[in-house]
Amino acid sequence: MSKAIEIYGPLLLVSEVSGALYDELVEVELKNGDIRSGKVLEIKDDKALIQIFEGTEGLDLKTIKTRFTGKGLELGVSKDLLGRIFSGLGKPIDNAPDIIPEKKVDINGSSINPFSRNYPNDFIQTGISTIDGLNTLTRGQKLPIFSGSGLPHSRLAAQIARQAKVKGGGSDFAVVFGAMGITFEDAEFFIRKFRETGAIENAVLFINLASDPAIERIATPRAALTAAEYMAFDLNMHVLVILTDMTNYCESLREVSAARKEVPGRRGYPGYLYTDLATIYERAGRIKGKDGSITLIPILSMPDDDKTHPIPDLTGYITEGQIILDRALERKNIYPPIDPLPSLSRLRDKAIGKGKTREDHPNVANQLFASYARGREVRELMVILGEAALSDIDKKYLKFADEFEDKFIRQDEMEDRSIEDTLNLSWELLKILPKDELKRIKPEFIDKYYEA
Amino acid sequence: MIKKVAGPLVIANIPDCKKGDLVKVGKLRLVGEVIEIRGDLASIQVYEETSGLKVGDPVQNTGMPLSVELGPGLLSTMFDGIQRPLVELEKASGVFIARGVEVPSLNRTKKWTFKPVKNKGDEVSVGDIIGEVEETSLIVHKIMIPHGISGKIEEIKSGSFTIEETIAKISGQEITMLQKWPVRKSRSLKQKESVSIPLTTGQRIIDTMFPLAKGGSACVPGPFGAGKTVIQHQLAKWADADIIVFVGCGERGNEMTDVLQEFPELKDPRTGKPLLERTILIANTSNMPIAAREASVYTGAAIAEYFRDMGYSVALMADSTSRWAEALREMSGRLEEMPGEEGYPAYLSSRLADFYERSGYGKCLGTPEREGSLTIIGSVSPPGGDFSEPVVQNTLRVTKVFWGLDYALAHKRHFPAINWLQSYSLYVENLSKYFKENIGEDFPAIREEALRLLAKEAELEEIVRLVGMESLSQKEQLILFVCKIIREDFLYQSAFDPIDQFSSLKKQYNILSLIMILHKKSLEILDFGVEVKDIQKIDTISRISKLKLTKEEEIPQEAESIRQDMKNKMENLIGRANNE
Ligand SMILES: Nc1ncnc2c1ncn2[C@@H]1O[C@H](COP(=O)(O)OP(=O)(O)OP(=O)(O)O)[C@@H](O)[C@H]1O
Ligand SMILES: [Mg+2]
Repeated sequence: MSKAIEIYGPLLLVSEVSGALYDELVEVELKNGDIRSGKVLEIKDDKALIQIFEGTEGLDLKTIKTRFTGKGLELGVSKDLLGRIFSGLGKPIDNAPDIIPEKKVDINGSSINPFSRNYPNDFIQTGISTIDGLNTLTRGQKLPIFSGSGLPHSRLAAQIARQAKVKGGGSDFAVVFGAMGITFEDAEFFIRKFRETGAIENAVLFINLASDPAIERIATPRAALTAAEYMAFDLNMHVLVILTDMTNYCESLREVSAARKEVPGRRGYPGYLYTDLATIYERAGRIKGKDGSITLIPILSMPDDDKTHPIPDLTGYITEGQIILDRALERKNIYPPIDPLPSLSRLRDKAIGKGKTREDHPNVANQLFASYARGREVRELMVILGEAALSDIDKKYLKFADEFEDKFIRQDEMEDRSIEDTLNLSWELLKILPKDELKRIKPEFIDKYYEA
Repeated sequence: MIKKVAGPLVIANIPDCKKGDLVKVGKLRLVGEVIEIRGDLASIQVYEETSGLKVGDPVQNTGMPLSVELGPGLLSTMFDGIQRPLVELEKASGVFIARGVEVPSLNRTKKWTFKPVKNKGDEVSVGDIIGEVEETSLIVHKIMIPHGISGKIEEIKSGSFTIEETIAKISGQEITMLQKWPVRKSRSLKQKESVSIPLTTGQRIIDTMFPLAKGGSACVPGPFGAGKTVIQHQLAKWADADIIVFVGCGERGNEMTDVLQEFPELKDPRTGKPLLERTILIANTSNMPIAAREASVYTGAAIAEYFRDMGYSVALMADSTSRWAEALREMSGRLEEMPGEEGYPAYLSSRLADFYERSGYGKCLGTPEREGSLTIIGSVSPPGGDFSEPVVQNTLRVTKVFWGLDYALAHKRHFPAINWLQSYSLYVENLSKYFKENIGEDFPAIREEALRLLAKEAELEEIVRLVGMESLSQKEQLILFVCKIIREDFLYQSAFDPIDQFSSLKKQYNILSLIMILHKKSLEILDFGVEVKDIQKIDTISRISKLKLTKEEEIPQEAESIRQDMKNKMENLIGRANNE
């Protein structure tokens, strides 16, 4: 019989253990009969160090009983996951009965063999111009939203979830939503949005609120992705996974690391944060010979809007681009406040153009980018040197930038623009500029679309 | 028997083990390596996920060091960090990688046609080439006498063999086409020589401005999204090396898939053969076990050196070495070693130096006499894009070329985002003879002039920002104009345009010469009272802009025509200025 000998932070150390497995699930029974779950972080001789997901508050060394389950933390999966709401640890919290699992899967998953992957190059239409036109999302991509406190990332994510579709339709679509440490209002917002549109039928929700145990958050994205993998690769569905807020997840990880007295990396986050995040983000993708896919949109709030903070920084090093929300646009009351300049979809070039979206799309995207960048430069110049310093062509760029923000970036939360709409709108705006300024566009497209 | 498990570190008591021994851990027989010994306790770095191990589980010592298998079958293959072929892993365990799967690195059943080049009775020793196998339509695999063997050939065969069948007998020893080599041990050249030939990459800013030499080493640091991987892929595609070893170290799975799907379609510009046929891929993606990340760069280096020993020029790309350094840091932390700067172990700098020292050019061991080279290009992913961190700094101390990627340039979508003010190549001197003899007598001179103008441009821009364009003299305005052309029409290069993605040295020379002639002639005519705004109107300039998108074979003629045209137009301008 094992003996609890130390409790510190979220950790419990037990001794006189025999046969504990590294990384296995442990159940800790309290005197009042409550059961908490934990994970073995380290084993040494007869000792096991356990991370308690629900926290160690209220545990005492004398009366608790630990039981080693002999397996990892698992999620029971079946078709019936759809439409259900679970806790951050994967326990039902919607007052409906437990699902009868078709199988139980370790939430850590295993790495996809890179040889078995299929390159993501199918265009997903989100109906949002700044994404579809400039920073295209593809099926199987991992594309985070870098946000900040008070910015409308939740509305944007819900809009993407509501509107996302692939040209020509195709397999069943599902949404997996993993919430880590978000507020009750934010969670309610998502649930309401999913209900309103009927999307809840095809959604699975894993919810850990700000008031729920922090350490549980370490399991939440993994449980969500385990459900997603089952639906994508067993049921051949196209799954969109939204994880919010990854910053809270990372903080829980830091808490455990600090309790273990590990050598801290930058800003106190553990040195293995990159690897840990990669084991989450790399679960997105497509697999050869399977119809389904996992498209992952993690949301994170950048502390101080600082892109070089370890969480956005390491995320950017793993994901295939980033959508960046901008406070200045938000202040101008522009929704969605996506700044196209620092945003990037690395998989765009292989997913757009002839046969995928429209022949002029790659050229138009580059031109919009260049022209808007130039317009912003002019705007800054004007601030320093005054409007009088602007040439005629400068003024046109300025007008372009203003209109671009007002018509292209700005769109209604309920507005679902087709890619054709987005491209046609682009041409409308490009007409503000003289034809010979459009250096990134092939003459044949100028003839066809500028003149039209 | 296991005593402790903490992530990828397992401590076990293994009687009589040596540092570096390959061990099999637990009932699943996970692959591990002894990295430290204290008393009878060995610290083992485990190359697979360790979940499910427990105290008391067995550890079996193979007594052999972690090794790579060398022989026909390496090319066009993608391996994991410890050289397990990923296609075989898929066959064995499906699309998700299972643990404890044992598959041989090289195919044991495939027959290769072996053609001997030595005869019975010949005396041979280490490194001597005794026969050849046409491994792919692009590469002839030379079968060399392994280390530790020498003597008289008693028998040598010809025909079709697997890599384990005997192809020759030398002093009583049977020789096969399969050799093993300890991963961490470097294979030596007979004699290292100084580098003198460029490794051309088809990338203008690299070949012309900051060239790399065959046998040299380069460091490509940059923040996320700045273009490290695109550059490494461009090099893997277009560098004029015979063999490419690409190590995807702790990066994205899709990037490896991209290479696998794209390379068979791409043709080598020199031979017209599929590029995959000269390529070996090592993939330890960011979600694969961290310890294998550390091994992956060595696996790549050992394979690269083996091909170098055949007399080939080999280029090894490691993307990203930061992930390898992080793996070192993680193991060091678990071993409770004293952390150095930013938690990295004190031996980080010596490990990096040892690795880059494996690059080089020189005479290979054995006969016939031949020269081989190994060029190493490592990308570095510094946190927050800050180049002052330990991995960048320690790498710069041992590499001779620095292509610093710049967030500001990438943000403006100026690609490759190599900062021309910051970057350098210490091979410029060594290579200038080659460039003069093979490309153009004035090639080094125009390069220098272009860089000088670009440096001047940066100064002038600072002035413009403060007081506006008007304050600049005509000559200064000309510099700004010419530099814009250098940046947009020479330095900028799209990796995705079918023509622009590769520029031969001749093409690079042609474009840059024209731009420099434009500058020189313009300077001359400014003295005649011509103004920069008149020069800007010369329509020939737009023809220079189009050159990068012009096919190689049309370049010489078009360049000559532009040269003439430009001359005429300039003379016209002088004429007009004189009349006014
Ligand atoms: N030469 C180029 N031509 C066109 N686009 C480029 C070029 N280089 C980079 N890019 C663009 O920049 C994006 C990011 O490049 P890349 O993936 O190489 O960055 P990275 O430095 O490797 O980032 P990370 O550290 O996150 O892996 C590419 O997806 C592409 O859109
Ligand atoms: Mg990269």
